[in-house]
Amino acid sequence: MELLCPAGSIPALKAAIENGADAVYVGLKDQTNARHFAGLNLDSGTLAEAVTYAHQHGRKLHVAINTFAQPQNYDQWTGAVDAAIKAKADVLIVADISLLGYIAERYPKQEIHLSVQASATNAAAIDFYQSQFGVKRIVLPRVLAMNQVRALAHTTNIDLEVFAFGSLCIMVEGRCYLSSYMTGESPNTAGVCSPAAHVRWEEEDGILESRLNGVLIDRFQPDERTGYPTLCKGRFEVAGAVYHPLEEPTSLNTLDLLPQLYKEGIKSLKIEGRQRSPAYVAQITRVWRAAIDSVLAAPDTFTVDAEWQRVLANLSEGSQTTLGAYHRTWK
Amino acid sequence: MKFSLGPVLYFWPKKQMQSFYQQAAESNVDIVYLGEAVCSKRRELKFDDYMDIAHMLREAGKQVCLSTMTLLEAPSELRELRRYCDNGEFLVEANDVGAIGILNDNKLPFVAGAAISIYNHHSLRRMVNLGMQRWVMPVELSGDWLGGLLNESIIQDVRDCFETELFSFGHMPLAWSARCFTARSEQRHKDQCELCCIKYPDGRVVDSQDGQRVFVLNGVQTQSGDRYNLINQLPSMRGTVDVVRLSPQSQGTFEWLHKFQQNITGAAPQPLEANDCNGYWLKLAGMVQHLD
Repeated sequence: MELLCPAGSIPALKAAIENGADAVYVGLKDQTNARHFAGLNLDSGTLAEAVTYAHQHGRKLHVAINTFAQPQNYDQWTGAVDAAIKAKADVLIVADISLLGYIAERYPKQEIHLSVQASATNAAAIDFYQSQFGVKRIVLPRVLAMNQVRALAHTTNIDLEVFAFGSLCIMVEGRCYLSSYMTGESPNTAGVCSPAAHVRWEEEDGILESRLNGVLIDRFQPDERTGYPTLCKGRFEVAGAVYHPLEEPTSLNTLDLLPQLYKEGIKSLKIEGRQRSPAYVAQITRVWRAAIDSVLAAPDTFTVDAEWQRVLANLSEGSQTTLGAYHRTWK
Repeated sequence: MKFSLGPVLYFWPKKQMQSFYQQAAESNVDIVYLGEAVCSKRRELKFDDYMDIAHMLREAGKQVCLSTMTLLEAPSELRELRRYCDNGEFLVEANDVGAIGILNDNKLPFVAGAAISIYNHHSLRRMVNLGMQRWVMPVELSGDWLGGLLNESIIQDVRDCFETELFSFGHMPLAWSARCFTARSEQRHKDQCELCCIKYPDGRVVDSQDGQRVFVLNGVQTQSGDRYNLINQLPSMRGTVDVVRLSPQSQGTFEWLHKFQQNITGAAPQPLEANDCNGYWLKLAGMVQHLD
């Protein structure tokens, strides 16, 4: 079972590898990946450095080219593929059908993992991507329950990767247009969700308001913990009741499920967060390394260490964590 | 320019569905999409009921397509999907890549629904090769995006092989989740939802704390708070949009169909209502209402 950690920079990559990641995933400094934030990601020079560093330490480097290519500058996406392959990346993480085809035809030996942005939630979709493009692994969307993950593990012969920890997308990834509805920019069209350029904070009489492109996302009393206005985690009104109609600000944490994920042969546990700092990546990686080593050593007697949970809770949105859709009662 | 009715995205009682499709049969609509595309627990109409309605519509001269589920998770949902794909008579709208795989395996043509991520000419071209006969582009794309894409040289020799369809009226599906937000709004878990969405024939509205309409909750689907209404953009669709889709609303759908058909050339523009939007087509945030 692989521990796959995020890196938005060379220091984060080194932090992940020094603390026990088996593989690290990165993106390029442009629209070709779904964490297209200022100051983040690698260019072709640092990508080569990242590959060299990972390989020197016997680890793998995955490159996410997981947005959908745009007609007017399509070459930017095929260029990203060419650059990642030239840099000798071990794996490309891809969602766009045309890019999957491009890689399968031009670089038939290249290992491809189907990005979560491709929204493959069922065996028929997995069959399609496997037979059309020879993808080796599927990154499962965060909408599946543990029994559904188990069913897929039993009915398909493909490697499965699941999100283990980090920000929780509660919508099927790759099919969510909430952000462009409100701001004009979405993960699919711009590699961003609830982009910072559209965020405004306003304080009046001690009450802090967060707005996204003018829309009031939340209002915080002086004693309340504030959070970034990700629009699916806003507090809105339905029939007179003010609450979080979609989801509370919370992070996904599957530590409790680790023995089950191991037993079902899940190939890789993915930690979300290429936008996070090297210090965050180091702490998260250390906890998950210890947890995976513990489950590998004695899967039947695995217990979650309280210290791990404490560290993870501190690193979570609103200090809250959830099993998300993996647990049926979440739905 | 042809007009279509998308699948009913809300959960309506059987009688209301039958009466809606009776009206559709008597209307001037060209194409009707039928079937449950949102939640497999909704069973007011079963597959055979939909097929009966499909036959009735075909006899009334309509082209009928069967729409399939967007978020497919359970093996039982895949079995139902196969029944739709194997119907033997009607074109199928694939709303998940899994459906495209099944239809392609069976050498059957398909409509690629708006939730299929086709954002560029190369993906579109591949879909045509797989049997796509009609493309409903993602709701978040603009008229410029569509025009540019269709002008690409690799599309030219297949441009006659498919039609383009645009979601042009109704609350837009913007996201799908494992969670049922309508059940959540009634403090129920999805497993004990008691099909409470049948109480909300146009979904449940979500407003910001200062009163701006934000979303509409429709079971596992989140829709745009505002109603997309491209009636005044119809003339700008000439040459790029072959089929204009209206998404059924509980009230006024056929009146709007009539108004749309009157305004194909721009001869009968209509004032927009307060909660109408048209941003996406105009390359703006989706929720924007732009007045020409």
